[in-house]
Amino acid sequence: MFYREAGVFKTSYAADMALMPLPNTRWAVVALAVLFIGITPAFADEYTLSILNLILIAVVGAIGLNILVGYTDQVSIGHGAFMSVGAYTAAHLITKLHAPFWVSVPAGGLMAAAIGTVVGIPSLRIKGLYLAIATLAAQLIIEWTINHVPWVSGGTQSTIQVGPPSVFGTKLTNAWQMYLFLMFFVILALVGTQNLIRSRIGRAFIAIRDQDIAAEIIGINIFRYKLWAFAISSFYAGVTGVLYTYYLGIANYEQFQLDVSINFLAMVIIGGLGSTLGPVFGAIFVTLLPIVTRRVLESAGGLFFSASDLSAVIPSLRLAIFGGLIIFFLVMEPEGLNRLWRNIRNYFRVWPFSY
Amino acid sequence: MPEFDLDFTLLLVSSGLMIGLMYALIALGFVLVYKATDAINFAQGEFVMFAAIIAAAAMGAALPFWIAATIALVGMIVFCFALERVVLRKLLGRPVVAVIMATIGLASLIRGVATLTFGAGVRSIVLPISDDPLFLGPIMLPPVQLVGAVVSIVFLAGFTWFFLKTRMGVAMRAVADNQTVSMGMGINVQRYFALAWALTGVVSALGGVIWGAMLGVDNQLPLVGLKVFPVVILGGLDSIVGAVVGGLIVGVVEALAAGYLDPVVGGGTKDFAPYVLMILMLMVRPYGLFGRRRIERV
Repeated sequence: MFYREAGVFKTSYAADMALMPLPNTRWAVVALAVLFIGITPAFADEYTLSILNLILIAVVGAIGLNILVGYTDQVSIGHGAFMSVGAYTAAHLITKLHAPFWVSVPAGGLMAAAIGTVVGIPSLRIKGLYLAIATLAAQLIIEWTINHVPWVSGGTQSTIQVGPPSVFGTKLTNAWQMYLFLMFFVILALVGTQNLIRSRIGRAFIAIRDQDIAAEIIGINIFRYKLWAFAISSFYAGVTGVLYTYYLGIANYEQFQLDVSINFLAMVIIGGLGSTLGPVFGAIFVTLLPIVTRRVLESAGGLFFSASDLSAVIPSLRLAIFGGLIIFFLVMEPEGLNRLWRNIRNYFRVWPFSY
Repeated sequence: MPEFDLDFTLLLVSSGLMIGLMYALIALGFVLVYKATDAINFAQGEFVMFAAIIAAAAMGAALPFWIAATIALVGMIVFCFALERVVLRKLLGRPVVAVIMATIGLASLIRGVATLTFGAGVRSIVLPISDDPLFLGPIMLPPVQLVGAVVSIVFLAGFTWFFLKTRMGVAMRAVADNQTVSMGMGINVQRYFALAWALTGVVSALGGVIWGAMLGVDNQLPLVGLKVFPVVILGGLDSIVGAVVGGLIVGVVEALAAGYLDPVVGGGTKDFAPYVLMILMLMVRPYGLFGRRRIERV
């Protein structure tokens, strides 16, 4: 049944805490599932699917970073490095032990979680800027270590080649198989996060975010929960790293440098801190931005630049647009794309009787 | 490990000290803004590059060095004023992440715009001095570094005097200490925020000219900015003396690391050693050698 809500009629905590409080939400979820799982892979071409795959991978990482930045208010500029930890762990498992994906993905995540927890240890004493710089240091140190320790980086160019994952005996070689494979992890991440946030741990995170000293006074062990936040968030990052590795077919530290950490921070902030849908919007936006910029410039850029200039101009223009948009969003729409979406939704929720 | 060699070590230490003073100059820009406005500038390296590009472009137009440097100076002051007015004032009181992200965005914007307008090639700034190195016993000093060190010392001393003795400096310290009380005492807080950013502009312009003259001006120059963080954490985020001492420590440590560790582990320790030192400092004294310990009250 489609019907609209006319007020708040919740009579139990269970109803208030429900994942999908309105029947409309259920219909929407079913419709989205049919659209993205049933229809999209059947009709989209290889190129579109490859972009969608990149977005799906980014969504997992952004959701994870959002647990740390959005829900617990701890900064991390080291997520790219955590991803590389997951990627190299999985790559070694796959090449040396022929581990299947259901071993390599959690293993990569766990390794990243372990490293992330170590990096998170200073968060007890330091916060804000200091923590940001400490995680930046972690990024640089992990990058350097991978690059300079052959035992970790595995040979020339610090690159390890990895075959495609196989599910139930089928090797996932083309884009739509990969798409469904990645979609599985995105759904897992979304549902997992949504439930995590409603749990005791999630509410402890939010209490720490809102006022950490007050949270400590009401009996939340701040240190333990901050480390949990780092561990869970880096677990997601590690999984993202493994997924990237499967997607690209190689593990390479150059895929996980400082700019990746910054991109993921941008996703979380542009999308909207402390919301489940925010990072999804952010991941879509930040992943599409360079692709759209390139497309637009390649078709319309000839009006302003000569063809030889164009290839030189695109990367710098992309940087400038990226930076400009981050500043624009921070100044104009602090709560990000998710806020825009909520405004639209709330408008239509009570339409046509909007007051 | 290479053999210990006194002359070699002296050479490393002396050049480390020179470079360290120049790091201190850039770190000073970071400290000034953090001290006065609590804002965190992740774009310090890009500021330096921007100033260097302005100076290099002016010299490219056949202007003499002093005029080019003045143009860079004025340009950076105007730029920082505008930046404070348009972006950072709107972010006051927002979470730390927001300010960090805004300056990261700014960094990427500056890089993009700079290469768009001035091209990606390497430019050079030629200081009006000779290139012949000076020899003091075993120590060889390139004149660029010497000039950089002297300019750094002069300005660091100047800023110390400014904060201790002038009316404006005292007012800025008051603003840094407590904004509400400063407002109550009749200090125009907004004006001092703008002033702090303008001073950062001055420092960045100086840093840009010197570093640009030493390394050449291209899009690798902002990497100097990554050294700012170990410097300020070691010295203490809100201390000018700390910036100097931190700069010297980082300069010497990376010179020694490059001289003694690089042959063993195969390069790159120069960028890595300061951060290890910084992590140790964060574990022992997070507020740095000279920083003020912040006590939180609810």
